[in-house]
Amino acid sequence: MISTVYAVLFYLATILLVVGVGMRVWKYATTPVPLNIVVSPAPRTKRGVVFRMFREVIFFESLFKSNKWIWIFAYLFHWGMLIVLLRHLRYFTLNTWWWVEIISPIGRLMAFAMLAGLLGLWARRVLQERIRYISNPSDHLMLALLVGIAASGALMSYVTHTDIIMVKAYMLGLLRFRIGDMPTDPILMVHLGLVALLMIIFPISKLLHVPGVFFAPSRTLVDNAREKRRVSKWARNLPPLPEGIPANEEA
Amino acid sequence: MAPLDDKKDVPMFSDYPQQIPKIECGASLDTDTFKAYPEHNEALGFPGELLPNWKEVAIAKMGELAKKNRAFQVYLDACVKCGACTDKCQYFLGTSDPKNMPVARQDLLRSVYRRYFTFAGKYFPWLVGARDLTKEVLDEWYTYYHQCSQCRRCAVACPYGIDTAEISMAAREILDSVGVGQKYCNEIIAKLKKTGNNLGLNPKALRATLEDMEEDLLDETGVEVKIPLDVKGADILLITPSADFFAEPHIEGLMGYAKVFHSAGVSWTLSSYASEAANFGMFIGSYENMREVSWRIRQAAKDLGVKRIIFGECGHAWRVAYSFLNTLAGPFDFLDQNYPIPQHILEFTLDEIESGRLKIDKSRNDEHVVTFHDSCNVARGSAMGDKEGGQFDVPRAVLKAVCNNFHDMERDTIRENTFCCGGGGGLLTDDLMDLRIKGAKPRMTALKQVADEHGVNKMVAICAICKTQFAKVMPKYGFDMDTIQSAHQLVANAVILDGQETEDDAE
Ligand code: HEM
Ligand code: HEM
Ligand code: SF4
Ligand code: SF4
Repeated sequence: MISTVYAVLFYLATILLVVGVGMRVWKYATTPVPLNIVVSPAPRTKRGVVFRMFREVIFFESLFKSNKWIWIFAYLFHWGMLIVLLRHLRYFTLNTWWWVEIISPIGRLMAFAMLAGLLGLWARRVLQERIRYISNPSDHLMLALLVGIAASGALMSYVTHTDIIMVKAYMLGLLRFRIGDMPTDPILMVHLGLVALLMIIFPISKLLHVPGVFFAPSRTLVDNAREKRRVSKWARNLPPLPEGIPANEEA
Repeated sequence: MAPLDDKKDVPMFSDYPQQIPKIECGASLDTDTFKAYPEHNEALGFPGELLPNWKEVAIAKMGELAKKNRAFQVYLDACVKCGACTDKCQYFLGTSDPKNMPVARQDLLRSVYRRYFTFAGKYFPWLVGARDLTKEVLDEWYTYYHQCSQCRRCAVACPYGIDTAEISMAAREILDSVGVGQKYCNEIIAKLKKTGNNLGLNPKALRATLEDMEEDLLDETGVEVKIPLDVKGADILLITPSADFFAEPHIEGLMGYAKVFHSAGVSWTLSSYASEAANFGMFIGSYENMREVSWRIRQAAKDLGVKRIIFGECGHAWRVAYSFLNTLAGPFDFLDQNYPIPQHILEFTLDEIESGRLKIDKSRNDEHVVTFHDSCNVARGSAMGDKEGGQFDVPRAVLKAVCNNFHDMERDTIRENTFCCGGGGGLLTDDLMDLRIKGAKPRMTALKQVADEHGVNKMVAICAICKTQFAKVMPKYGFDMDTIQSAHQLVANAVILDGQETEDDAE
């Protein structure tokens, strides 16, 4: 029964996540950029832009330059989460890949990096008056959600272990559209419930920063405006203006 | 200039490094700029007065902009409220009003966007800070989107490059579309459409002014340096801000360009039809108006049959010229493709200096200890030369070539981190004087530091707005008005023209 409820929940969450983010990405990709508004100094070549975006995504370069505290916490959180997620691949692959085995012990520790980062960000959100001012309830809840996921995961990892083999069998089954049995440990149920919730809210929340970062014209355009025109479709339909100076207006 | 020690009682500097103030809600709420009269709005194609169905129109406009402009859509969605931008805006640093923190400024509009366009905002408005569009909200937009100079300092700080300037422009466009325009911008654009420049200067008056300048140049150098107007068949069309025709220290800059052109031996001309470099269409976020204003330059270039277009010292103008002109008024296939289209006067001058064609006596600027204020829109919205960062290096190369004493201000306040002068983006109006003074504080603080440590007594800017703004607010901070200089003013001091009589003991 519980296994079925979670199965339905995960299928639903996956559909919402994929369709939701897909629609958003489609919208971003098809919305025109009528003017070159890259924030300079900016690279003059496509390759330069790829390198710039690589630095932004891998190192959070701009954030590093603008605020060291946020950067440290953001870095701990995001990289912690990335490695944790890679370690999670073992629940979704029949024969765990060798490199997932290798990072697995690190991944287990990364729960703490993630938690430290999240709690640091949360502390700033509460204690730093400027950030408190710009925070809405959803900003706190988002952190609570992620702390909940990380804490429940760490509990399973370090305190009340769950039957990992069974989790794996269940997840592999879901991938093949077969609903098996999952362990009914309360902590695991909390963990998975929150994960499903995260997936559901992803396309309707600020987590849209993930696709957004790749579509922000201020960073992703090439500084080539003097050489390259960009006239968007709607601008092409504007009424034509006269060539040369109309006789009655001549000086 | 007067020694700074005499002016110890200036109360407004913050300590260096720059202090971040505690927030003070509503501190800047009463700083409002005058609204446009119906005739100004109508001249730009907007409704004259607040529409009865303004709410529906505003929301529809917001939806339209989200469809027409990817930046607007992505920026509204992507902000994670990390707070990295909160201490970056000179208007927040100067006023302490939290709504002048870039992300809070965006949120004034984002909250309404969420209410009408997002799932969370429609069904759980309290959760995501979504709110209905009311008259109070509209007024708040008017107030705080006219306390943003669209300088993009926040965009550099943001991990996603979210550019509050884009949001401000969109907000002003929405306000205009419901009949709430700003007097300063809309009146000026209306004037330009009539006369070709922001001042409403007619060709006759313009010609007389230029003749006066030619006389001054003759008196000073003994050489007949011309400032040609409407000369058909000239090679170069110079587009320069109209402030260069009448304001100080702008005029000195224009006389500097004239000397450089004279010495280079090129044929050049101004145009009375396009006697304005600045494009206020950008300030109000109106693509249509920006295109119309830009188009005049194309018309003038065709009409005069020139081969090149060069822009004078003007910040926002150079952003529009460098980044948008080709799109808005191109293609410029009728111009000489061997030169950048358009070119900046500093690029031209640097070429002349580096090739050795321009004769320079640096020692003529020895009394000046110079620093450079990177104008925000040049720094973050354009480029010069062919290398990344040329917009910082070209002006500095020119300054260092014409004077011996140059010191940069603190790294955090120059180049891509430069502050706005406090008067950019349509705020250079007397009704916003209080805001302008406060917005200049971070720059004045950085200047005071180099003045104290290196004896800097001149600050160069390459923007008509910066020059006017600083000439006005510097005295409030205890600096002489003429501390602010045009780049080509220093060039002009140092240039020696062929046949110019030089008094060696003059300096
Ligand atoms: C391409 C991948 C990603 C990049 C480049 C990226 C970048 C960033 C940056 C620069 C910040 C601002 C600093 C901060 O407040 O932490 C941030 C915040 C945040 N990110 Fe990501 N992120 C990525 C993926 C994700 C994913 C997959 C999640 C979801 C689980 C996520 C969740 C968050 C949250 C919740 C915040 C806000 C933290 C706060 O409240 O302060 N990010 N992200
Ligand atoms: C359907 C997806 C997921 C499943 C089936 C799942 C399952 C599990 C299980 C069984 C554990 C315990 C590991 C052990 O005992 O050694 C765990 C740990 C953990 N999980 Fe998840 N999880 C999922 C998604 C996520 C997501 C999306 C996040 C983060 C945003 C996350 C964060 C963590 C963390 C931080 C730990 C503790 C560290 C570790 O052992 O890797 N999990 N998860
Ligand atoms: S663009 Fe400039 S003035 Fe506007 S919010 Fe950003 S930093 Fe402030
Ligand atoms: S830096 Fe960018 S993401 Fe962070 S609060 Fe400011 S606008 Fe939002």
